[in-house]
Amino acid sequence: MVDSSARKALFDTPETHFLNCTKGWKSWAFTLDHKRIGIMYLIGVTIALLLAGTFALVLRTHLWAFDGALPMSDDMYNQMFTLHGAVMVFSFIIPSVPAALGNIVLPMMLGAKDVAFPRMNLASFYLWIIGTGMLLAAILSGYGLDTGWTFYTPYSIETQTGVIWATFGAFVLGFSSIFTGLNFLVTVNTMRSKGQGWFQLPLFIWSLYATAIIQVLATPVLGITLLMLIAEKTMHIGIFDPKYGGDPVLFQHFFWFYSHPAVYIMILPAMGVISELISVYSQKRIFGYSFIAFSSVAIALLGFLVWGHHMFTSGQSQVVTLIFSAITFTVAIPSAVKVFNWLATLYKGSILLNTPMCFALSFIFLFGIGGLTGLFLGALSTDIHLHDTYFVVAHFHFVMVGGTLTALLGGVFHWWPKVWGRMYNDFLGRVSCFMVFAGFNLTFFPQFVMGSRGMPRRYASYDPEFLAFHQLSTIGAFVLGWGIVLAVGVLIYAAIKGPRCGANPFKAASLEWQSSSPPDFHNFVHNPLLNDPYDFDAMVFDEELGTYISREFADPSKVPPRKEPVHH
Amino acid sequence: MAVADHSHDHHDDHHDHGEFIAHHFDSPEQQFDSGKLGIWLFLVTEVLFFSGLFVAYTLYRNHHPEIFDQAHVYLNKYLGGLNTIVLLFSSLTMALGVRSAQLGKNKSCGIYVLITMVCASMFLGVKAVEYSHKWDMGILVRSAFDFTYTHPDQTIISGLSNYLVYLSVIPLLLLVGFIITSVVFRLIDKAVWSKFWMGMAITVGGYFLGVVIGYLFMAAKIGEAKHAYIEPVRPIALYAMTQDTDHAKEDHAKSDHVKGDGHDKDHDDEHDDEHHDAAHANGEHHDDHGHGEHHGEIPEFDRNVGTFFSIYYCMTGLHAIHIIAGIIALGWLYFRCLNNHWRSDYFGPVDYVGLYWHLVDLIWIYLFPLLYLID
Repeated sequence: MVDSSARKALFDTPETHFLNCTKGWKSWAFTLDHKRIGIMYLIGVTIALLLAGTFALVLRTHLWAFDGALPMSDDMYNQMFTLHGAVMVFSFIIPSVPAALGNIVLPMMLGAKDVAFPRMNLASFYLWIIGTGMLLAAILSGYGLDTGWTFYTPYSIETQTGVIWATFGAFVLGFSSIFTGLNFLVTVNTMRSKGQGWFQLPLFIWSLYATAIIQVLATPVLGITLLMLIAEKTMHIGIFDPKYGGDPVLFQHFFWFYSHPAVYIMILPAMGVISELISVYSQKRIFGYSFIAFSSVAIALLGFLVWGHHMFTSGQSQVVTLIFSAITFTVAIPSAVKVFNWLATLYKGSILLNTPMCFALSFIFLFGIGGLTGLFLGALSTDIHLHDTYFVVAHFHFVMVGGTLTALLGGVFHWWPKVWGRMYNDFLGRVSCFMVFAGFNLTFFPQFVMGSRGMPRRYASYDPEFLAFHQLSTIGAFVLGWGIVLAVGVLIYAAIKGPRCGANPFKAASLEWQSSSPPDFHNFVHNPLLNDPYDFDAMVFDEELGTYISREFADPSKVPPRKEPVHH
Repeated sequence: MAVADHSHDHHDDHHDHGEFIAHHFDSPEQQFDSGKLGIWLFLVTEVLFFSGLFVAYTLYRNHHPEIFDQAHVYLNKYLGGLNTIVLLFSSLTMALGVRSAQLGKNKSCGIYVLITMVCASMFLGVKAVEYSHKWDMGILVRSAFDFTYTHPDQTIISGLSNYLVYLSVIPLLLLVGFIITSVVFRLIDKAVWSKFWMGMAITVGGYFLGVVIGYLFMAAKIGEAKHAYIEPVRPIALYAMTQDTDHAKEDHAKSDHVKGDGHDKDHDDEHDDEHHDAAHANGEHHDDHGHGEHHGEIPEFDRNVGTFFSIYYCMTGLHAIHIIAGIIALGWLYFRCLNNHWRSDYFGPVDYVGLYWHLVDLIWIYLFPLLYLID
C-alpha cells in the first residue's frame, strides 16, 4: 500500500532517468548500461538497414528494364547484391532484435539491474562497429565483393574482390553475436528475481534464450570456417580449394552448419516479440504458454539438424538428402504451434489495433506465407526446380523481412514509450505499417510467380516475359522503403517531441512496465512486484497518474474487483 | 504475489558490496555463479571453434588415410611428447594455483601461476623448434609443400635454423624490454610493478628454455624421423610429387599451370597441351619423370601429402594462439596475485582462467595423438 505522492514518485516520469543521469558523449561511448547499449545498437542496426536497403533499391531500379535500367556493369550488380545480403544478414538482422530490443528489455523483464557481463555487452557493440566497418571496407577498398553473402568456394578463392576484408568482418560480427548470446544465457540463468521461475518468464525471454543457445553453439563454427577460408585464400591450404585437393562442398557444409541455425537466430526473437504483442493488445492471457516456450527451444535444436537442405543440388548422397528433407519438414511443427497459439490468443480477445498490433498481425500473415513456401523448398522434387530462382528469394524475404523486420518494427513501437517516456503518433505509425505491408507484398509476391516460372536469382538482366513482374516488384520496393523511412521518422519525432506517456500506457503486465518511463538508471526505483506477465487483470488504471499500475500500488478504494480468480 | 527481491534496497549503490563485487550483482555468490556459467559457455564455444578443424581432419583422414600414414613420420614424437608433459605439468600447477587462491594465499598462487606461464612459454619454444625445422625441410602447407630428399636446407639441421632465429626475435625483444621495464620500476620504487615485469621476463625466458631443450633433442637426433632420411613410405609417389613441385616452383603462382597438373582426371586431355607449353617454356625435360602423371598413373592422394601439413599447421597454429592468449590471461592473474586480490570469498578469475587453461591443455591432449601418433 502506497499513498498518492509515493505512487507519483514511483510511476511518474522522473527528473533523472537513465537518459539524463549522466551527460556528454563519453557517458554514452563508455556506458555499461544495457539500455544505452541497446539504444546505440538500435541506431547502428537502423543505419545498416537503411544502407543495405538503399543497395536493394539500386538493384530493383536496375531491374526496371530487362537489360538493366541503370548504367551499371554486371560486375557492379554482383557486388551490389552481395553487399545488400552481407550487410543485411550480418550487420542488421542477426543483431536487430536480440542485441537492440533484447538488450533494452531482457534485464528489466527479469527485474535485474543489468545483464550479467556489462563490459562484454559494450564490447559486443564495438565489435559490431568494427565488423560492419570491415564489411563496408570491402567496398571502400575499391575492389568490392562479388561472392554473394555466402562466400562459396571455389569462387571466393578465385575472385580478386575484397573477400578477406569481408570474411574477417563477418568473423568479428560473429564474436559480437556470441558475446550477446553468452551474456543473455548467463543473465537469464543467474539474474532472475528471487522467486521468478522459468515459467513466469515472458515468452520473449524464452525466445531470446533459445536464440542465445544457437548463437553460442553455431557461431564459433562460422568463425573457424571463415578463418579457414582466409587461410585458403592467402596460403592455399587445400582444404576447400579443389585445385589443391580440397573439397568446396565441405565449405558449404561448414557454412550452413552456422548459417541455417542463423536463420533461427533471425526469426526466433521476432517470434518472441510477437508473443508479447499479440497477448498485450488482445488483453488476454497468451494461449498455450508452455507450448510456445518449448517450441522455441525445439526450433533452436531442430535448426541444427537441417543445414543439408541448402545443398540438395550440390552433390549430396540421396539418403542424406532425404533425411535432411524429412527433418526440414519437422521444423514446420513447432513453427505452426506458435502460429496457432497466437491465433487462439486473438480469439475473443479485446483487440486494440494500434501500430504494434498492426505490425504483429502483418507478421502472422507474412510469416505464414514465408513458412509455408519453405515447405516447397524442403521437398526434394520441387526444390530441384525452384533452386536458385526468385522463389527462394521471395521465400526468405518473407521470413526475414516480412517476419523479422516487421516484428522488429512492432517491438520498437511497443517499447518506444518505455524507453523515451513519450508516445508516438499512432495514426502515422499505422500508415507506415500499411506501407510496409503493402509494399512488401507488392515486392515479393510477384517474385514467387517469377521464380516458379524459372527466373533465376542474382541475374542483372532477364527475359522480357518477366518485365511486368519485375516492374511491380520495383514499385513495391520503393513503397516498402518509404514505409520504413516513415516509421523511422515517426519514432524519432516521438522520442523528441512526442507527448509524455505514463509508466504503462498499454496495460502490459511484464516487469519492465512497472518501472517509470524512461526507467531509472538501475531500472527500478522500487522492488517490482513479481506477477504473472500475462495476467492483465493485475493492472488497473490510475486516474491521477493517467497510466496503468499494479493493483497492489493502487488506491484500494478505487480498485475494481478482479474479473477472474488468480491462479498461479 | 511476491516482491522481486533483488537486493535489500535498490536506492543504495554501495551497501555491503565487497571490493570486487560489481554493482549489478546482489551477492558474491551470484557474481561467482554468473562468471562460472559464463566461462563454461565460453569453453563450449571454444570446443566448437576447434570442431571445424577436427571435422576437416576426420574427413581427410577418412578420404586419404595413406596421406596421414606417410606424412606423420615427419612429426617428431619425442618433441610432441615433451610438450605434452610440459602442458600436463602446467595444468597441475594451475590447479594448485586455484587452490591457493581459494585459500586466499596470494603468494603461493602467484608462484604457481608463474610456473604455469613459464610452462606455456616453454611449450611455444619447443613448437618454434619443430616449426622451423619443418620449414627448413620445405614441409609447408599444401600449395607451398616443397619437400625433397636433397633439399639444400636440410643440411642446416646441424646448424641453427634461420627460421628459428626469426621466430625468436620477438621473444628476445620482449625479454629485454621486460627486464628493462622491471629495473626501471625498481628504480622508481614501484615494487609490485617491478615484480610483475620480472615475472613476465621469466615467462619469456621459458620460451628460450624450450628452444634450447628442443634444439638439444634435434641435435641428438632424438625422435628424428628416420624415414625422412632413409626412405619414405611411398618413395615413388613422393618422389614424383616433389619433382613436380620442383619444376613448378617458378610458375607456381600461375593458376593455369596448376590446373594442368592432371589433378582433375576428366580434363586431362585439354590440359595436357597447356602443361607441355609451360614445361617447355621453363626449358625442362618433361618426359623423363613427369609424363606418366598426366595419365593418372600417380594416384591423386600423393599430391595431397601437403594437406596433412595444412591441417597440422592450422590446428597447432590455432592452439598456439590460444596458448599465447592464455599467457596474457595468466599474466593478468599474476598481477592481481601480486596485489593480494584473492580472498576465500573472491577468487573467481583464477578459477575461470584455470578452466580455460585446462581446456587449452585438453585440446593438445587430442592433437598430440591425432597428429603425431598415427601408427
